[in-house]
Amino acid sequence: MFRMAVAEAGRLSVPRDRWYNNPLVRSIAIQVLLVALVLGTVYWFANNTVTNLHDRGIASGFGFLSQRAGFDMVTFLNVTAESTYGYMLLAGLVDTIIVSILSIIIATIMGMIVGIARLSSNWLIRTIATVYVELLRNIPPLLVILFFYLAVLATLPDVKNAIQVGPDISLSNRGLFVPAPVFGPNFHIVLIAFILSLIIAWAVRRWAHARRMATGQGFPSGWVSLGIIAVITGIVYVATGDPLTFDVPVKTRFNINGGWDLSPEFTSLFVALGVYTASFIAEIVRSGIMAVSHGQTEAARALGLRGNLVLRLVVMPQALRVIIPPLASEYLNITKNTSLALAVGFADLVAVGNNVLNPTGQSIEVVAIWMVFYLGLSIIISVAMNWFNARIALTER
Amino acid sequence: MTDMQSQGDVFFVRQEILKATPPPMRVHGVWPWMRKNLFGSIPDTVLTIVGIVIALWVAIPFIQWTLINATWSGDREACAANTIGACWAFVKANFGQFIYGRYPDPERWRVNVFFVMMAAGIIPLAIPSAPYKGWNLLYIYVIFPIVSGVLLIGGILGLPPVETPVFGGLFLTLLVSYVGMAMSLPLGILLALGRRSKMPAVHYVCVFFIEICRGVPLITVLFMAGILLPLFLPTGVNFDKLLRALLGLSLFAAAYMAEVIRGGLQAIPKGQYEGAKSLGLGYWTMMRLIILPQAITIVVPGIVNTFIGLFKDTSLVYIISIFELLYTVRNSFSNPVWATSTTPASGLVFAAAVFWIFCFGMSRYSKFTEDRLRVGYKR
Repeated sequence: MFRMAVAEAGRLSVPRDRWYNNPLVRSIAIQVLLVALVLGTVYWFANNTVTNLHDRGIASGFGFLSQRAGFDMVTFLNVTAESTYGYMLLAGLVDTIIVSILSIIIATIMGMIVGIARLSSNWLIRTIATVYVELLRNIPPLLVILFFYLAVLATLPDVKNAIQVGPDISLSNRGLFVPAPVFGPNFHIVLIAFILSLIIAWAVRRWAHARRMATGQGFPSGWVSLGIIAVITGIVYVATGDPLTFDVPVKTRFNINGGWDLSPEFTSLFVALGVYTASFIAEIVRSGIMAVSHGQTEAARALGLRGNLVLRLVVMPQALRVIIPPLASEYLNITKNTSLALAVGFADLVAVGNNVLNPTGQSIEVVAIWMVFYLGLSIIISVAMNWFNARIALTER
Repeated sequence: MTDMQSQGDVFFVRQEILKATPPPMRVHGVWPWMRKNLFGSIPDTVLTIVGIVIALWVAIPFIQWTLINATWSGDREACAANTIGACWAFVKANFGQFIYGRYPDPERWRVNVFFVMMAAGIIPLAIPSAPYKGWNLLYIYVIFPIVSGVLLIGGILGLPPVETPVFGGLFLTLLVSYVGMAMSLPLGILLALGRRSKMPAVHYVCVFFIEICRGVPLITVLFMAGILLPLFLPTGVNFDKLLRALLGLSLFAAAYMAEVIRGGLQAIPKGQYEGAKSLGLGYWTMMRLIILPQAITIVVPGIVNTFIGLFKDTSLVYIISIFELLYTVRNSFSNPVWATSTTPASGLVFAAAVFWIFCFGMSRYSKFTEDRLRVGYKR
């Protein structure tokens, strides 16, 4: 009787043994189908593209990069209408990197301040920080950029009545004027001395740390390193005879001459991106600090550390572990958002690419260059951040 | 001690009554609150003063500009004469255009019906206790798209046809974000499942797609949809520009959505998978009945955040000449009838307010679901 039941059950499960129910067969079939589908689509697209390009008389390939561009743009590298398309794109790339770095610096500093302010025990400071965050992160970044460009910088007074932001820094509807550094012939010696002093300071810190670990004796390594750097660099600077001067913007009757003229497009782009992303970084910093359990703060207090030291030695190192990964993706977002430069007419990689794409028709190549650049940058930033993350990660016994 | 001494001889016993100590400081009321929150210490007081200065320095000019000195009515002359206040007359005059784009005037009721139908689909879906979620989803994914497609484009049932290039303004922003949201969720679920798949080909295809989309700016994806897609298709085959923008935006958002959903899938303990399998459920049944309902519930805040990002990103579709709200507003700046020095700022503040209301509403909703989910962990 029992045997029969088993046999019955066995017979019932027979259909399960059919070849098309075998998980391995299914898995291989699905994968082959998917790969065939993907390759087929790619082949179909490629085939159509070749036909379309042939019909339009566009030669594909990157040969156009060495052709004369014939248009001019304002970039940090010197470009003229005689420059090649390739050089133009390079100039756009440099602009993208400069804007990204400036925005990242602004966003990090402001984000840190606002994030800590959101946790302040002072009600007013906390409220101001909350209003800042809630206001900015619920508005498209493009709108923030356009607001700075069309509503703030365009309505500033002209150069004659420029607003003095700081000594020799003035803001007008022509953009931001800042002193430009002029490097003398001996400047590289100062640079070498500076790097040397950095190495010495680092060695001193290492020695001080090792001695502290061994004997428990403290050493004011921070002040000493600062002194070493200042003294060595200062002496070499004076000895080589003032190799660095500043070209200060001078206000003449109708214009401002000299210095660096940061165009309104550039200024509004990096300020807006910095201010916008700061609201996201503030939230990251806040949640990172809140993630450190209160027991840590209390234990640090019990050890007799003061408020400032508690934050610097106990809370921040632990908070950084939570902060770093999302911070890295925020930096990537800034870099990608610099492509909004197109809207204000600043010559970043995308805007230059758009200008190259229209006369040449090399849209595939230009989009490929964009993608390679942004993907490459994503990879570099994430690798750097992973390295940093691994360094500060929790070291357990 | 056995020998009793008189009380007066005990030198350590106090003879006189102590003076009453003052009552403890008040802990309720305005002044104690201010002392605790604003003037706790000297640095705190300094911070408060700095805060007051910042708040007044920003708020007073803003209120003056937006309310006190603003031009509320009139025409261009009135705004041009007033350079220190917002030009709300411009916003008022162009309000219809900002909302409906260039949708023909007599047909605007169709857009209004679209708005109402959209709200009727989304609001019950957002309320957790509202019944008939299945029917609601059917409405969101099938009934509403078909009905509103017929309604907006027309050409049948006696409705005059309207071309998609005249779509614009807030209406188009909402349309694009609705389609983007509705498409990105199922696509994102599929991509997330694919990324977690044990089949190498499926896994790598999904990883490749997700990482490419997340690694490049939206602008390049829109350029691909706008410029490259016609090149990829056979000669003569071309489809609507709006449709291409929707495709690009949906795929882009799906990649971000996939990562959010993957986070939810990873949070489901292995026992749930094993339990489902031991009940004899197949892969799709297990996902549909056991895993996804739990995984998606956990990541609702993340999904809403992706929706907020998508809503903000719709402001970029102007790149391939789809005239959403922000572009419609910008476009009206150059209109000579209204060009003044305060027009751009007024228009942008209006657009910012509209975007802000929608995004802030969504972020509040995300907070609400977060708090609702945390109920089980509350101590």
